[in-house]
Amino acid sequence: MYYPASLRKSIAIAKKDLRIYYGKGPVVIFGILLPFFFFFSFLIGREMPPLTLISGLGGMAIWFTATSISPIIAPMETRTRTLERLVSMPLSVTEMLIGDILASTVTGVVLSAIPISIIAVILNLNLVHFFPLALGIIVASFCFSAIGILLSALPTDTTSDVMMLALLIKFPLIFVSGVFIPASNLPGWGRIISRFSPLTYFVDLVRVSFGGSGQSWMNVGILTLFAVFFLFAAVFVHKRTLPKRL
Amino acid sequence: MGAIEANSLIKEFDGLRAVDDVSFKIEEGEIFGFLGPNGAGKTTTTRMITGVIRPDSGTATIEGVDVVQNPTAAKEKIGIAPEEANAYLDLTARGNMNLAGEIYGVPGRELRGKVDELLDIFGLLDRADSKVKGFSKGMKQRLILAMALINDPGILFLDEPTAGLDVESRRLIKDQVKKLNEVGKTIFLTTHDIAEADRLCDRVAVINRGNIAAIDSPEKLKATIRSTQSILVSFDSMNFEAADLETLKGVEELEKEGDKWRLYGPNPGEIIEEVVSFAKEEGLKILSLNTSGPSLEETFTHLTKN
Ligand SMILES: Nc1ncnc2c1ncn2[C@@H]1O[C@H](COP(=O)(O)OP(=O)(O)OP(=O)(O)O)[C@@H](O)[C@H]1O
Ligand SMILES: [Mg+2]
Repeated sequence: MYYPASLRKSIAIAKKDLRIYYGKGPVVIFGILLPFFFFFSFLIGREMPPLTLISGLGGMAIWFTATSISPIIAPMETRTRTLERLVSMPLSVTEMLIGDILASTVTGVVLSAIPISIIAVILNLNLVHFFPLALGIIVASFCFSAIGILLSALPTDTTSDVMMLALLIKFPLIFVSGVFIPASNLPGWGRIISRFSPLTYFVDLVRVSFGGSGQSWMNVGILTLFAVFFLFAAVFVHKRTLPKRL
Repeated sequence: MGAIEANSLIKEFDGLRAVDDVSFKIEEGEIFGFLGPNGAGKTTTTRMITGVIRPDSGTATIEGVDVVQNPTAAKEKIGIAPEEANAYLDLTARGNMNLAGEIYGVPGRELRGKVDELLDIFGLLDRADSKVKGFSKGMKQRLILAMALINDPGILFLDEPTAGLDVESRRLIKDQVKKLNEVGKTIFLTTHDIAEADRLCDRVAVINRGNIAAIDSPEKLKATIRSTQSILVSFDSMNFEAADLETLKGVEELEKEGDKWRLYGPNPGEIIEEVVSFAKEEGLKILSLNTSGPSLEETFTHLTKN
């Protein structure tokens, strides 16, 4: 259950996460530099339409920043034995995880809105659908943060275990989500997989928001469904694995 | 309704019974000591009662609220200083206190004053804005205790609060425990310091291999093993036949301890009379005379051997 008082607790957790875990090395390296270098190394020597460029880069930025720290909070708290301190307080697993997701969402929103805006200015693109994009950035960031939190349900106190698992999912997903190659250009099986990747809908949302053809609100709606699904999945799995961490 | 009740708590880890059918009831305002050797199941029992882990079977209640059914309501009534938990090293002392205060729902306008007051009590106010990373072990432990008090709980669980601390930190914590009890708080204290438990606790439970071996007041527990009563006496001179002391009525065994003599026997009162008349006969002056019963430690050893 999530009560009105729960939000206060989640916000306390989110503030703690932002103070402790964000602003550290991994966010900068895995969240900002890596996607940019990765993307630009792909760009070199290629002609890319502006809409593909902004949607691809925006997708990369939000995907990597929202999943940079979210997977390692749980193993870090297990290692430092702060988890037991939290669990002894009147705080449910749902309240704690939503707090972690909120912190990650804030980071994802800021660190994707900035590069999207910069690229839009440089390429002189016209933002046609502001509200769907703004809401979409928040929902997608929440959704990807929840995926990161779900991965951290692995009951370990070693961050590299979770990082490894996260990398195994983070990179392949990029290739089937229309970041480098528009989803419509993928072979048949690729197109099927891409439908199951929430990132596909965010990339499409950015493209549509800057004037591409398609449905912007539809993408926001699908991202919302994914967000709800991953939130429930994360809570469900963490409830089962948390006792193994204590 | 007791302040804390445990009913047939059972917990197994990989087939090993860490806690095997533990029950007890603690009244409001008691200081309850929880003693037992390493691995006896003290921390596991405490974690079950405080809702940190679920018992395999059995129940625990805090002021009548079932911990498993309603963990949040139960946890709001208590303060916990867990055995191995840590404060956040990358936050300041105040940052940690604020986090706890916000989770317990201490209203924002009260929080600052409350945090200052608690940090002051535990001698941390001048370091309130330093990161916990630079704190000594004793400072961290005092911070954990201050955090446990942020919601002004009626019941406190302290799992080895003084382990590994210096004399001064230990005394500060002990004094606080006494003060908190004087204002009516119920205290559940796990400790390896048996002498401390003897001085502080209204009742103690001894747990061994997951089973409660005894629960009673320290004095009554000591009375269960009478055999080791003794008196300790010293005279102004050593000019007498020591063997004569052993022949006094009621003395079962004699031991020399430095310049003193220890005489064992089931009835110390009788031995004292004998020693006094012996001194008169021999023209000796008694410099000191003490009786000592079995210590709680001896009782503990007796209850937990094998
Ligand atoms: N999470 C766990 N997983 C596996 N075994 C455990 C776990 N926690 C406790 N145990 C086992 O349960 C038993 C009781 O442990 P517990 O920590 O409750 O003892 P204790 O009385 O608190 O000991 P100490 O005085 O050393 O703190 C031990 O045998 C311990 O190895
Ligand atoms: Mg213990």
